Amino acid sequence: MDVFIQQLINGITLGSIYGLIAIGYTMVFGIIGMVNFAHGDVFMVSVFISLIALLILTSFLGVTSIAVALFIVLLVAMVFTSLVNWTIERVAYRPLRGSFRLAPLISAIGMSIFLSNFVQVTQGPRNKSIPPIVQGEFVLMNHGNYAVTLSFKQLIIWGVTAVLLVCFWYLVAKTRLGRAQRACEQDQKMAALVGVDVDRTISMTFVIAAALAAVAGTMYLMYYGVVSFADGFVPGVKAFTAAVLGGIGSLPGAVIGGILIGLIETMWSAYFSLDYKDVAAFSVLAITLIFLPQGLFGRPDVEKV
Amino acid sequence: MTDVTKAPNPVAAAFCDAGLTALIAFALFLPLIGFQAISNIRNEIVVTWRGTFLFTLVAIIGCGRLCFALAIDPWLKRRALRPAKATPAWRAVFGKWFIPFAIGFTIVYPFVVLATAGTGGALKWVDNFGIQILIYIMLGFGLNIVVGLAGLLDLGYVAFYAVGAYSYALLAKEFGFSFWILLPLAGCLASFWGILLGFPVLRLRGDYLAIVTLAFGEIIRIVLVNFVALTNGYAGIGGIPRPSFFGIPFNADDNGFAAVFGLPFTPIYRTIFLYYLILGLALLTCYVTIRLRRLPVGRAWEALREDEIACRSLGINTTNTKLTAFAMGAMFAGFAGSFFAARQGFISPESFTFLESATILSIVVLGGMGSQIGVAIAAIAMIGGTEITRDLDFLKQIFGSTFDPTQYRMLIFGFAMVLIMIWRPRGLISTRSPSVFLKERKTISADLVGEGHG
Amino acid sequence: MRDPADILLRVEQLTMRFGGLVAVDHLSFEARKGEITALIGPNGAGKTTVFNCITGFYKPTEGRIGLRHGGMAAWDGLEALTDSGKRQAKHGDGALFLLERMPDYLVSQQARVARTFQNIRLFPGMTVLENLMVAQHNRLMLASGYTLLGVLGFPSYAAAERAAIEQARAWLDRVGLIGRADDPAGDLPYGAQRRLEIARAMCTEPVLLCLDEPAAGLNPRESAELNELLLSIRTDNHMSILLIEHDMSVVMEISDHIVVLDYGVKIADGSPEAVRNDEKVIAAYLGVPDAEVAKVEAEVGA
Repeated sequence: MDVFIQQLINGITLGSIYGLIAIGYTMVFGIIGMVNFAHGDVFMVSVFISLIALLILTSFLGVTSIAVALFIVLLVAMVFTSLVNWTIERVAYRPLRGSFRLAPLISAIGMSIFLSNFVQVTQGPRNKSIPPIVQGEFVLMNHGNYAVTLSFKQLIIWGVTAVLLVCFWYLVAKTRLGRAQRACEQDQKMAALVGVDVDRTISMTFVIAAALAAVAGTMYLMYYGVVSFADGFVPGVKAFTAAVLGGIGSLPGAVIGGILIGLIETMWSAYFSLDYKDVAAFSVLAITLIFLPQGLFGRPDVEKV
Repeated sequence: MTDVTKAPNPVAAAFCDAGLTALIAFALFLPLIGFQAISNIRNEIVVTWRGTFLFTLVAIIGCGRLCFALAIDPWLKRRALRPAKATPAWRAVFGKWFIPFAIGFTIVYPFVVLATAGTGGALKWVDNFGIQILIYIMLGFGLNIVVGLAGLLDLGYVAFYAVGAYSYALLAKEFGFSFWILLPLAGCLASFWGILLGFPVLRLRGDYLAIVTLAFGEIIRIVLVNFVALTNGYAGIGGIPRPSFFGIPFNADDNGFAAVFGLPFTPIYRTIFLYYLILGLALLTCYVTIRLRRLPVGRAWEALREDEIACRSLGINTTNTKLTAFAMGAMFAGFAGSFFAARQGFISPESFTFLESATILSIVVLGGMGSQIGVAIAAIAMIGGTEITRDLDFLKQIFGSTFDPTQYRMLIFGFAMVLIMIWRPRGLISTRSPSVFLKERKTISADLVGEGHG
Repeated sequence: MRDPADILLRVEQLTMRFGGLVAVDHLSFEARKGEITALIGPNGAGKTTVFNCITGFYKPTEGRIGLRHGGMAAWDGLEALTDSGKRQAKHGDGALFLLERMPDYLVSQQARVARTFQNIRLFPGMTVLENLMVAQHNRLMLASGYTLLGVLGFPSYAAAERAAIEQARAWLDRVGLIGRADDPAGDLPYGAQRRLEIARAMCTEPVLLCLDEPAAGLNPRESAELNELLLSIRTDNHMSILLIEHDMSVVMEISDHIVVLDYGVKIADGSPEAVRNDEKVIAAYLGVPDAEVAKVEAEVGA
């Protein structure tokens, strides 16, 4: 039972990270109908940016307060990652909008390869690890040899994710940008005809997706403390699985899907086998797509005869 | 209110544009190029500043943008306004003779190379370039049936390649069958897997089909890595029996190929044999595809790509149509896989990553979906291009001895994929040639051709 | 005078519900062999839904759709077939099909019901000729020995392909598209595309041709040509046609029998003259004078 609760805590934490990335996938798919293959690598880039920002703050600028450092790193990562994603959209996807559907997909795959190799070339192929930044934990239960703990960093992740989701929900449901996004999702041409700046709305979507991925990136860095240039592909696919599981196009679905995937992964590794944990994620993806393609909260896609 | 009678100064505009681009580039590259996180001697991680690299890059981008805005862009705009010229006559002649010439060239290629580079140099040119490119051409032809003709987006094609390779390796080592028996066997096994994997997923559309095939491809790779009892995991399977010349082995023994034919022994003989083997397989794949296109099944594939519902209303069982496309594509991948295993003598899961599927898909899309020639040209360009970058040792002289061009290989590859898609989203050969005609065969422009929705 | 007993298609108590919405409500009608039966009604009346049920694209919530091949005696086996749970049964020289149990491609392949679509569904990237060749897919597949014989170059396939091209050529002549046989279908003007779709449906050699708004978007001259084409198909090819249409000049000119739908319910069924003068039909299309609103509302129970 203790193991279960611990895995539950771990799973929700991991799932929050996946959920933040998943929102990026679902938003972009919702608005331009494209699976952004490069999103996982954008996440990886954000982890590296957080790393660099953290190192600069602590060594060059001598910031000692963890809270301040983390906060600034978060902001810096969000800004720079958004710039990266904005540029990617302008350069690689916008020229292909409206054309043949496979072209942006290949372009995204090319971007993904480019990003991971870019990081490999500029930062070197070895793993980068940092000493733990946030330490300490709450011990929830202690039954002899197994202590169920909730570490501070897990709490931080839960907190940051919750706050961001609220902000984000507000953005989508209540602001003009959110309305414009929903309009573009339904019918781009019509949205343009009623005065919505479609290009700008799409750019902003990519920016928001990147910002959320950057939050996930900073949290990832804080949680695991180690990053490699290859860390884009697998978390990317898992986050995409989360988006599909939740129902692609549904934002709460993406978050819930993320948490589910996080739970599946931690439970599987704890109770079954660590080696095949990635297979669990891919299998969930395949099974969901085969039996429930619209996911848990999505709307089924019916083609009119 | 701006004075609309005064035209904006193009030079000033160009400078503004370039300046803005340079600024954005600076911000973009500041974190990862401007700084580097490396481990110092005490294995602690520190960050170093790489100002020169950053500023040089920004300067190059800024100047490039300036050039573009001042010179290239206006030239492109002027060119677009020029009246379209009729296709010159030499193009028609070129078109007619291109294919026979190309095929003829590939047939004599090893001997051309032998003559120019000698036996030592020829090994690299025939093996790394010739055989490697031909393997990808064959894989491209196979995937072309699934993606190009039937419009089914398959991102896990490498799985069938792996099935072919591993079944060849395991069966050859276990039972010692000859290459000629194992090749069709591996093809059948791969085809069987194609049907097995295709069956549950074929009612998915478009992007969903792409993702689920990607998932399957990855699952197979992870199983290959972890199912050590069968596949030996990362260590791979080695000692795969090499193909022989119809029973005569390619070694230096007295019953070997060289001795039997009274020639001095060099390893080039086996390489040349393998070259003609894969050339034959590739040409076979091409021929079968062309024939299938003219048969009802091929026409059904293309109709499926255009409009599945219309197909069903004409009485075509589209599920079977999709399965046959999958199965045929898988079979050719299986052939390619068994050839790969035989040629390498050693296989490991690292050759069967998602990157391979992505590369093959790019070859098909870049070639222009459904076009055989396009696939061949695209394969030569992409694989040949990346192989050549291995050879760019001369760049070491420019950038210093620590510069390793192979690191940049994949970087350029990814970037090239993006560029090519932006330049020619429909691929190189963006026209479709009808499979039957009443009076004349008119090619159809790519704008009309459907892209397939799975 | 039409033979009252020569029934080809029997739709009984057809009901289609989408969640809470009843699109078609216990519809029953019959289409006779060699006749043009029109299904008309205001927009949203459920006509295309009926078509989709008949052609197997939707599975009806309730109801039975029987189709016969061969002689009228086939209808005798209707109850037995319904009880048996099977989709089709042979009966003497004919056969009986229960279309609500069949998927779309089997309705076309075995029951030989062909259809066209409201929004034209051609194969735009294929030539006009290729479109017609795809229509003859099943016959050609058989002749090619399910591809094997074809790949090996057996002559049986080449002969079958030549015959298929001939049939395609004949239909292209009929619809006046022979000059554009090698052009991509997507390049054709709208009216030509509609005719091509009809020709393609006819190339499947059906017993029942279902046309979904074939005159939509056609100008009066084109509509008149369409009328000629459909009448010639009925007469020369002994074809039975089921037609959804809004254009009254087409419907009244060529139909032998009209069924009127409104909100999924049949409100009239008979000859064109009878339907033209039916009060309920006029009310459905044109509305009623204000004075009569209360009376109609009471009738309808609103």
